[in-house]
Amino acid sequence: MFDLILFLTLLALGFGFGQYLESQHYKSIINRESSLKHIPAIATKHLPPEFIPCSTQMVSGNVVISIDFFKKFVSGLRSIVGGRVSSYESLIDRARREAILRMKEQAASQGANYVFNVKMETSSISKGRRNSIGSVEVLAYGTAIIQPSSIN
Amino acid sequence: MILTTLESVPGKSITQHLGLVQGSTVRAKHAGRDLMAGLKNIFGGELKGYTELLQESREEAISRMVEQAQSIGANAVLNIRFSTSSITQGASELFTYGTAVKLD
Repeated sequence: MFDLILFLTLLALGFGFGQYLESQHYKSIINRESSLKHIPAIATKHLPPEFIPCSTQMVSGNVVISIDFFKKFVSGLRSIVGGRVSSYESLIDRARREAILRMKEQAASQGANYVFNVKMETSSISKGRRNSIGSVEVLAYGTAIIQPSSIN
Repeated sequence: MILTTLESVPGKSITQHLGLVQGSTVRAKHAGRDLMAGLKNIFGGELKGYTELLQESREEAISRMVEQAQSIGANAVLNIRFSTSSITQGASELFTYGTAVKLD
């Protein structure tokens, strides 16, 4: 009986705080994305010749983000019937956008105009562990292009 | 030492290729951070301790790669890539590699 009460409390806490934290995070992501719009992240390897001369600097951003108890439970139910696991989709979406934002923030602090050859990497921490923490790490990295003469 | 994810450094030409250089580190989480992560697992959200831990580890891997590049007389590392793999339950390996070159 006590176990059941504890479980339901954790579910309620996870649902309440999880939803709140997620909406706050999305709000902050959208705000910062619009303020960093002037630094495009580009996945091309080759620099157009008109960009030269410029200086380059490697930039990166990473984030580890965890799922809440409620969503973990829901995704457990989903794995019985199969199909889209939307609770993990939003988790990974948030992590990717946050990692790109951190990379761009680092580029902005160097006075960069573009970030070229952006690569992303996703890895799960504590994989295959019982009672594991449902968390994901995303790393975004690229080369910031700093054009000395341009006044943007 | 110039580090870049591009295949060349703009405005400079490569005079000598010195081959692949790499740096890696294996890190385990410590118990305090794991406990906090367990709490966060109920509410969701960012695990700042892990974010910092992984960032520090990557810097360590990069500095090992740079050391190796310096020892063979390179002054730039091009086309850098990162890779992460979990080896055992508690530890993960952070690996970085690139091509060491000499620029004029």
